[in-house]
Amino acid sequence: MTDALDMTATQLRDAIAAGDVSAGEATRACLDAIERTDGQLACFNEVYADRATQQADRIDQRLAAGESVGALGGVPVAVKDNMCTAYGRTTCASRMLAEFRAPYTATAVTKLEAAGAVILGKTNMDEFAMGSSTEHSAVAPTRNPWDTSRVPGGSSGGSAAAVASRQCPAALGSDTGGSIRQPAALCGVVGFKPTYGRVSRYGLVAFGSSLDQIGPVTRDVRDAALLSAVIAGHDPHDSTSIDRPVPDYAADVHTPVEPLRIGMPREWFTDALDGEIAAALRRAAKTYERHGAELVHVSLPHSRIDVADDGALSSYAVSCYYIVCMAEASSNLARYDGVQYGHRTDQAGGDIVEMLCRSRAEGFGEEVKRRVMLGTYTLSAGYYDAYYNKALKVRRLIARDFQQAFERCDVLLCPATPSVAFELGSKTDDPMAMYLQDIYTNSLNLAGLPGLSLPIALSDSGLPIGMQLIGPALGEQTVLRAARMYETISDAADHKPSVTAS
Amino acid sequence: MSDDVIITPIIGLEIHVELATATKMFCRCANRFGDEPNTHVCPVCLGLPGALPVMNAAAVELAMTVALALDCTVPDFTKWDRKGYYYPDLPKNYQISQYDLPLGARGRLAVPVTGDDGVVTTKTVRVKRAHLEEDAGKNIHDRGAGTGVDLNRAGVPLLEIVSEPDMNGVAELLAYARAMQRLVRWLGASEANMQMGQMRFEPNINLNIESGGRTYKTPIVEVKNLNSFRALERTCAFEIQRQTAEWRKDPEGFSLETLGKQNRGYDDAGEKTVFQREKEEAHDYRYFPDPDLVPVTISDDWRETVGGTIGELPLARRQRFCDAYGLAPAEADALTQDAATGDLLDAAVATGAEPKRCVNLLLGRGAAMANERDCAIGALGVTGVALGALAQMIDAGEVNATAGEKIFAALADGDADSPRQIAERDGLLAVRDSGQLAAWVDAAIAANPQAVADATGDGKKQKKAFGFLMGQVMQKSRGAAQPSEVQKLLSEKLS
Repeated sequence: MTDALDMTATQLRDAIAAGDVSAGEATRACLDAIERTDGQLACFNEVYADRATQQADRIDQRLAAGESVGALGGVPVAVKDNMCTAYGRTTCASRMLAEFRAPYTATAVTKLEAAGAVILGKTNMDEFAMGSSTEHSAVAPTRNPWDTSRVPGGSSGGSAAAVASRQCPAALGSDTGGSIRQPAALCGVVGFKPTYGRVSRYGLVAFGSSLDQIGPVTRDVRDAALLSAVIAGHDPHDSTSIDRPVPDYAADVHTPVEPLRIGMPREWFTDALDGEIAAALRRAAKTYERHGAELVHVSLPHSRIDVADDGALSSYAVSCYYIVCMAEASSNLARYDGVQYGHRTDQAGGDIVEMLCRSRAEGFGEEVKRRVMLGTYTLSAGYYDAYYNKALKVRRLIARDFQQAFERCDVLLCPATPSVAFELGSKTDDPMAMYLQDIYTNSLNLAGLPGLSLPIALSDSGLPIGMQLIGPALGEQTVLRAARMYETISDAADHKPSVTAS
Repeated sequence: MSDDVIITPIIGLEIHVELATATKMFCRCANRFGDEPNTHVCPVCLGLPGALPVMNAAAVELAMTVALALDCTVPDFTKWDRKGYYYPDLPKNYQISQYDLPLGARGRLAVPVTGDDGVVTTKTVRVKRAHLEEDAGKNIHDRGAGTGVDLNRAGVPLLEIVSEPDMNGVAELLAYARAMQRLVRWLGASEANMQMGQMRFEPNINLNIESGGRTYKTPIVEVKNLNSFRALERTCAFEIQRQTAEWRKDPEGFSLETLGKQNRGYDDAGEKTVFQREKEEAHDYRYFPDPDLVPVTISDDWRETVGGTIGELPLARRQRFCDAYGLAPAEADALTQDAATGDLLDAAVATGAEPKRCVNLLLGRGAAMANERDCAIGALGVTGVALGALAQMIDAGEVNATAGEKIFAALADGDADSPRQIAERDGLLAVRDSGQLAAWVDAAIAANPQAVADATGDGKKQKKAFGFLMGQVMQKSRGAAQPSEVQKLLSEKLS
């Protein structure tokens, strides 16, 4: 069944509809792939083998009965372990929720299933989506299928590694500051974060509520369009979801954007960027240009990256982003107190305050504690104006920069990550170094914009290099079509990682 | 020294009112009191991971109604903030509330206050702000071992109305609290039932003391979660007394400057307050805008639509009843405790009935029956048309007052017939046939010689005996005789 594993979601859906492969076969192939390779990779926290098989068999029965089975009919999909499902566990890769079983299913997952997708299981992540390497998982660190001594990125590292290694054709991730795009770049797959509010957050365990967004991780842009069209749309359960019709992204993803004006933010093509990545991006830009696109230089002054004398990087966007997301996280994670659900200490001796403190101390990992403490600090009386309020002002300036840039171009072409996949353990002792993994991705979460990362090259060391395309608010179609243009005129997607199931 | 000491209590009040919406503030669970614990809960009000709040517009409208009735400024733009604190009955460990942009600000409530001399004056209490938030659940200690948490109440819409410290005594404080209860009931915004915790008080109290040419201020004491008028009254009376005594012991040390604000709790059994903590130790609530909710934009149209539903408020109606219907202030007060009773009176008067006659029925038999049933007079089930017809029959002498009360009672008991049909059916129409009346009078005189003797004598039994004979005649008429006619005839016959 290696054929099915090599197919994209779109190809697999069509093959199932045509009767070339059954949904049951496809799902069993994925389950078998996970069985064979996940010992090395640790992409999955939980696999719903029985449920998935039954779901797939039901799709086959419906197909046999001549029913239509939806835009993802029979396609196995993995979901990140921070999306609630009324079956199995939803752990956020945290000891706190190790045994948590949600009584309801996230809207995005419900929409996948309604479109005929088969839910394979929950993928590994940095605890509560806080991290850029999936090393902050309380379960196990996920490995990069291109080099298992390296991280897959994060926090949706499990989803990216599972799709890259052919364990499944597609997965959902969530992106607060780059958590879909960065691991997609490091694993050589496509990761798409739609406009904030485009996909319902209902059932997505909150990290930074004003930044969080669900999106697909796939092997090509067409699949990103397909899954996006399925999961996007207004949800009465999420007041921040956008109430606008959803275009059929998949239907027109092949239509090139003509004319296409590509903006290159000059603040991001500096010495701070890895030379190999810069060169790959410039080659990609030239490729676009050769195919008729116009390259323009634009400026994002408040997302500027400064390099100190000692080489340390800094940016307003990163500072602003971490203040906002940590403040929100400190409040969002307050509910994990051991009272109603989640980890409860057995050391409290009947005292409620001690029970609460110990449960949180035992249930949360170091990175989560660090962010909760920093966030609590920035919201405290006397510090609010200096940190949170100021960050909101900077956030507006960052968003305005993007608005002005999009007056002159259709999409921005920029790096997804400052480097290729790094060695496990190389940044775990240096939180700032880990935070700087977001340096090219978190600005657009602050601005709420759609962004996609797609593989464009391999480094000399054989690791994938990603390119990030950013669009204006609700510019999903433009981003997807521009990305698809590149995909069809280049051959970067043809590379395969060293660990694959197929 | 005590001669020139002038002590003025300075009292402000926070009132929490649960709004009478069908569903909760941010989810569609029923807003219902008294059911089995945790039967009206869902992922949202349980604060489960991934659940998101969605605003209930009906709650915003009820809150706006109250804010507008309090003459508050209702802003064009308001928003939701998270107030962070850890407590087991607060599932998210933050409460969705409103911090710097409340739904209503800078309002006032005119309150009738009855002085010690019985004179009613009007006190205007300024309202600082009124904001909307979600209620917490309840810790339960009486079911099995340990503490349980009931989250049926979690997420119920709660309006917090904060007054300026404008009340200068227990009487004003109670009058304000009662006026607020009447207002929110009047508007249909809340049942404001104290036993059900639908209305709760948090007074803050200190004293302004003028003595020896100097002004002293005692520490401000805030008392949380009082859920009866009695507790409110006792708390404030106790605090005034306690703070006075403390100040007399140590006028310099027992001051706001030195001690700041304090939290005290009300001890129900001891009817006193006990120290809880200094205000400085209070929580840092770490307010910030709730990113899960969109801000609320209030258009002029919306504001006007909501404002248009308010209608006449209690004090205005009270004044109109005095001016237009010639009622005594006490009568007007009694008829404006709720909206339905005054509505009934207006409807009866609209049929052409004499207001005073209607009021006698409402505050006589009506008040008694309402008291028995523990409901408003206006909720007894008597219609304005029936009340008006009955009042007109009494006025025309077609039934006497006693018969009128019987008919009113029948109507309140659900009698479907009209007052006239009831009167005819039950033989309650006044008898005006003078021959018939004379016959009853003669029979009563003949049957009671001793009473006749007493009634015609000069002794002290004269009045009583006359009354007895009146009663005999009324009895024979089975209540249908007009008492004034009987009295006239009987006097003539006995003279």
